[in-house]
Amino acid sequence: MPPRSWTFTVAGIGLAVALALPFFLSNFRLFQFSQVYIYAMALLGLNILTGYNGQISLGHGAFYAVGAYTTAIMIDQWNVPYGWTIPVAGLVCLVVGFLFGIPALRLEGLYLALATFALALAVPQILKYFEHWTGGSQGIVLSKPKAPWGLKLNPDQWLYFLCLGLLVLSFILASNLLRGRTGRAIVAIRDNPIAAQSMGVNTALYKSLTFGVSAAYTGVAGALSAVTVAYVAPDSFDVFRSITFLVGIVIGGLASVSGAIFGALFIQFVPNWAMDISKAAPWAIYGVFLIGFMYAMPRGIAGSIRLATVRWLRRRAEPRGSSGGSPR
Amino acid sequence: MAALLSVRDLQARYGDTRVLRGITFEVAEGGITTILGANGAGKTTTLRAVCGMVKTDGEITLAGKRIEGRATESIVRLGVAHVPEGRGTFVQLTVQENLRLGAYARRDPANLNQDIERVCRYFPVLAERRNQVAGTLSGGEQQMLAVARALMLKPKLLLLDEPSLGLAPLVVREIFRIIRTINREEHVSVLLVEQNASLALGLADHAYLMETGTVVMSGPAAELRQNDAIRRAYLGY
Amino acid sequence: MDTLIQQIVSGLATGGIYGSVALALVMIYQATEVVNYAQGEMAMFSTYLAWTLLNAGLPYWVAFFATLAIAFVGGLVLERILIRPVENAPVLTIVIVCIGLLVILNSVAGWVYSYIQKPFPSPFPSKPIQVGNIYFGAHDIGALGVTLVVLACLYVFFRFTTLGLAMRAAAQNPVSSRLCGIRVGWMLAVGWGLAALVGAVAGMMVAPIVFLDPNMMAGILIYAFASATLGGFTSPGGAVLGGLIVGVIENLVGTYVSFIGTELKLTVALAMILIVLVFRPSGLFGRAVVHRV
Repeated sequence: MPPRSWTFTVAGIGLAVALALPFFLSNFRLFQFSQVYIYAMALLGLNILTGYNGQISLGHGAFYAVGAYTTAIMIDQWNVPYGWTIPVAGLVCLVVGFLFGIPALRLEGLYLALATFALALAVPQILKYFEHWTGGSQGIVLSKPKAPWGLKLNPDQWLYFLCLGLLVLSFILASNLLRGRTGRAIVAIRDNPIAAQSMGVNTALYKSLTFGVSAAYTGVAGALSAVTVAYVAPDSFDVFRSITFLVGIVIGGLASVSGAIFGALFIQFVPNWAMDISKAAPWAIYGVFLIGFMYAMPRGIAGSIRLATVRWLRRRAEPRGSSGGSPR
Repeated sequence: MAALLSVRDLQARYGDTRVLRGITFEVAEGGITTILGANGAGKTTTLRAVCGMVKTDGEITLAGKRIEGRATESIVRLGVAHVPEGRGTFVQLTVQENLRLGAYARRDPANLNQDIERVCRYFPVLAERRNQVAGTLSGGEQQMLAVARALMLKPKLLLLDEPSLGLAPLVVREIFRIIRTINREEHVSVLLVEQNASLALGLADHAYLMETGTVVMSGPAAELRQNDAIRRAYLGY
Repeated sequence: MDTLIQQIVSGLATGGIYGSVALALVMIYQATEVVNYAQGEMAMFSTYLAWTLLNAGLPYWVAFFATLAIAFVGGLVLERILIRPVENAPVLTIVIVCIGLLVILNSVAGWVYSYIQKPFPSPFPSKPIQVGNIYFGAHDIGALGVTLVVLACLYVFFRFTTLGLAMRAAAQNPVSSRLCGIRVGWMLAVGWGLAALVGAVAGMMVAPIVFLDPNMMAGILIYAFASATLGGFTSPGGAVLGGLIVGVIENLVGTYVSFIGTELKLTVALAMILIVLVFRPSGLFGRAVVHRV
């Protein structure tokens, strides 16, 4: 296992670079990176559920939508300051996710994927149906918030720091959760639920809670996206969104906190690159990228980094070559 | 007698764990050879290595041809039939379908029905249950089906992995009797891996004893049966 | 009463198409535990190839069978080239590859053939068939017939031929299959080829009804999922039957329940999926998967 000091060093460098960016990049680029941080949060949520706990969800776009619309409705209809809407969105999604996790207990693998897929498909329809609250197909328009406390930042810069800050917070929370007893229980349930249960892990409770926590992360991400984009509409929360999240965690690396960043970078920027390469069939190029990444890195970017690090460390420890090693 | 199967310095690993640390043994043509040892000695891995189911280093020679590194399917087509641990029957298919699959690798698929008859003569219970789904057979019957399926290949070499596991003593004795008959009548060489040392030594011509991935003793079965150390450790008296 | 029968037959026709795609999904799932999300796009692409052949002047049935052959080979080649490199990777990785394939096929079809809807001919006469007082669309009956013939051929293939038996064995127990000398990898490739072939039939039967465009199969894929869920992902026959049932229900609901417009018809499919999953996840005919500890 690579030493934790390495992880901290790399994370520290990453954070330093992230903090410096606003002084070099245009507002539009900052907006794009804010989206990356938002996606990373959403992917982190999904990864907790699918990567660490083994429950496949093709419907996390639904929680993203719930978070986004909770925020939008609170701002638009009740004039709640956006700062308060974010934790409320998270809480709402925590409850909704937990409630969804209860019937999901009966479903495994493919069947859970199908149920969540059906949920994802239904979301735009449901959003359009409850027009009075959601504004129907037109959606809800919000206004971009100004930086608080008299800080000399324009809205894009302020939102960039807000998203970055919340992302760092969620990374720290997630890491702590997954490294401790809870994390081990969650992974044990993924790898061998029957053994976990017979060792006293309340599988049902943990699985539902994990669903809730996962939904909460994605819901907060959704809330942030409503604030940064300043607009919500049903069609941006379609099944393609959910599938993009799944793509993000697999490309980034399942069961990996850092994978969320890699995945988010992929899903934000690769479609744009694809468009640059070919105006006529951009999605074909995107598909080629997808397949290429999966060939080169079947366990995602984070997985490949992990493998490479472990191999490099092992080679350093055995200078004379590997055959004839001591029996284990 | 010439060696049908000759294995030299065979090593095998599962991921990072070394299971076979360089073993050497032979199966004489027309003979019955057994590999004994406790759990974890590497006996099953040896058979899987011969069939190309694990990554190996070392030499495996079958009838003069080197077969290490080859795919399982092609080794089978050279006439090696493997009855794996746990029997490996196609539990959703019928007895008849299982037997037909056994003959899949043969180049002369004619007389399929005759072969099924031949094999059912050894195991009459299978003839009764021809159209029954294999998963509904008892353990002993499934073991018989597994051996019968292997025989459908008309193999030169029959690999048996712990055929006695989980079966009642009477059933086991019957299966071993049939193996001896097959060896004599059809000239099938047999490599038998067993934990049940007394049964195996009663059947085999030649024996090897493995412990944690190496061969620690070998010789004619009759000799090993008299050996004190083996008697105390493996035969229980 | 007459309308009822008409709608049922019409529902069976579309149901047959859903069932075919569902069958293709189940075939691949049984062998690999992977749901091939690109199944619909493969069918769509095959249908465009058929359109190209028809435009080149080939008579319908020649183009039809040529397309089947091309689809079979295409599916086989796709499996060997695209899926084989990742066959030992985690399931989700393979799913992403399938999604990549989906996106590529959809995009290339749009690029080569444009997104404008094209009409696709039906080999069946446009005059309705009259039985007593009821009129049945000839295409409905014809499509149903073609679907049933293809499925019957598949059934015979799997049940009575040696290759079919070997394929079933390879899907159920790859390790034991290798021990019988079966080249499991190629069995998988043939499976993909057959799934592509079945999909091509579905595509060519549905295109005359919904018109040919790159997004033609998306809605059908969802109904195919509903069919496979209803019938059971572990049962090929169940998937087909599920398709027929879904087709009939969809049609009857659309006809008799007034507030269900086209948008909400999709919700009906989704509701079916969820209801089945809540009450009987393994479907009507599927087997509950038993995990041995």
